[in-house]
Amino acid sequence: MADKPVALAQKKLMDVKLGQLPSWLGTRDFTPNGLLGSVRGGYERYYNKYINVKRGGIGGIAMFIAGYIALSYLWEYDHIKHDRWRKYH
Amino acid sequence: MMVSFFDQFASPSYLGIPLIAIAIALPWVLYPTPSSRWINNRLITAQEWFINRSTNQLMMPLSVQGHKWALLLTSLMIFLITINMLGLLPYTFTPTTQLSLNMGFAVPLWLATVIIGMRNQPTVALGHLLPEGTPIPLIPVLIIIETISLFIRPLALGVRLTANLTAGHLLIQLIATAVFVLLPMMPTVAILTAAVLFLLTLLEVAVAMIQAYVFVLLLSLYLQENT
Repeated sequence: MADKPVALAQKKLMDVKLGQLPSWLGTRDFTPNGLLGSVRGGYERYYNKYINVKRGGIGGIAMFIAGYIALSYLWEYDHIKHDRWRKYH
Repeated sequence: MMVSFFDQFASPSYLGIPLIAIAIALPWVLYPTPSSRWINNRLITAQEWFINRSTNQLMMPLSVQGHKWALLLTSLMIFLITINMLGLLPYTFTPTTQLSLNMGFAVPLWLATVIIGMRNQPTVALGHLLPEGTPIPLIPVLIIIETISLFIRPLALGVRLTANLTAGHLLIQLIATAVFVLLPMMPTVAILTAAVLFLLTLLEVAVAMIQAYVFVLLLSLYLQENT
C-alpha cells in the first residue's frame, strides 16, 4: 500500500527512511530560535499527551522525574566512577 | 585526588554545561501555567489549591502594604520547596546546599525589608532596636545587642537553609555507606541501619519542606515589622 507523497521537510522523524536521514536533518532549523521552538514544541506535546488530560495520574510527572534522575546520573558519572574505583582499591 | 563525602556538593558540570543551571530551571517546568479553561487538569488544580492556601496563610499577618510581596514570597517558597524535594532523588544535585545561592536570596530580601522600614517609618523601625520595658541602665548594651541581631539575620537565614540541607544529605550518604559496607559482614546490623536510613529519609523530606517554609515565614515576619 503506497503512502501519500509528503515533502521530506514535513515528515516526522519516525517516518523518515534511514537513507533520507541526512537530507532530512538538512531541512531542520538549527538556529537558536529554531532550537527554542523545537524545545517548546516538545514540551507542548509531552504536556498535552500526559498531563493536560481529564484523568491524569502520576505517570506524567513520574516519567519526567525518572528522566531527570537519568540526566543527573549522566552529569555526575565522571565523579561517581571515582566512588566505584575507590571501593575496589 | 582525595575523594571525600563532601564531593556530592561540588557543582557538577558536563561538556562545560553546569548541572546547577538545569537544577535551578527545573521547578519552572514542573508548574505549568493554568489555561483559561473553567476546569483545568488535575496537576494544575492541585497546584492552584496549594498555592492559594499557602499565600492566604502567609499574607494573613501582614498589613495591606505587605501584600505587595505576595507574589515574591509565594514563588520563593514554591521554588525552595521544589528544589529541596527534588534534591532528595538519587543522583540529583541540590542547589540550595550552596551557600552562595541561599545568601543571594537572604541578603537582598532582608535588606529590602530594612530599607522599606527605614524609608516609610524610620522612628518605628529604629524603635524595634529597644524592646519595651527595658531597665534604664541596660539600654546602651541592649541597643548594641539588638543591632547585632538585626545584622545577623541575613546570615542566619542563608546559613540555616544551607546547613540543614547539607547536614541532611551528608547523613543520608554516611548511613547509606554504612549499610552498604555492613551488609556482607553483619546482615542484622545492616538491616537495623537500613531502618534508620528509612526514617532519616522521611525526616529529610519533612526538613526539606519545613526549611523552605521557615525561610519565607521569617522574611514575612521581618516585613511585618517594617511595614
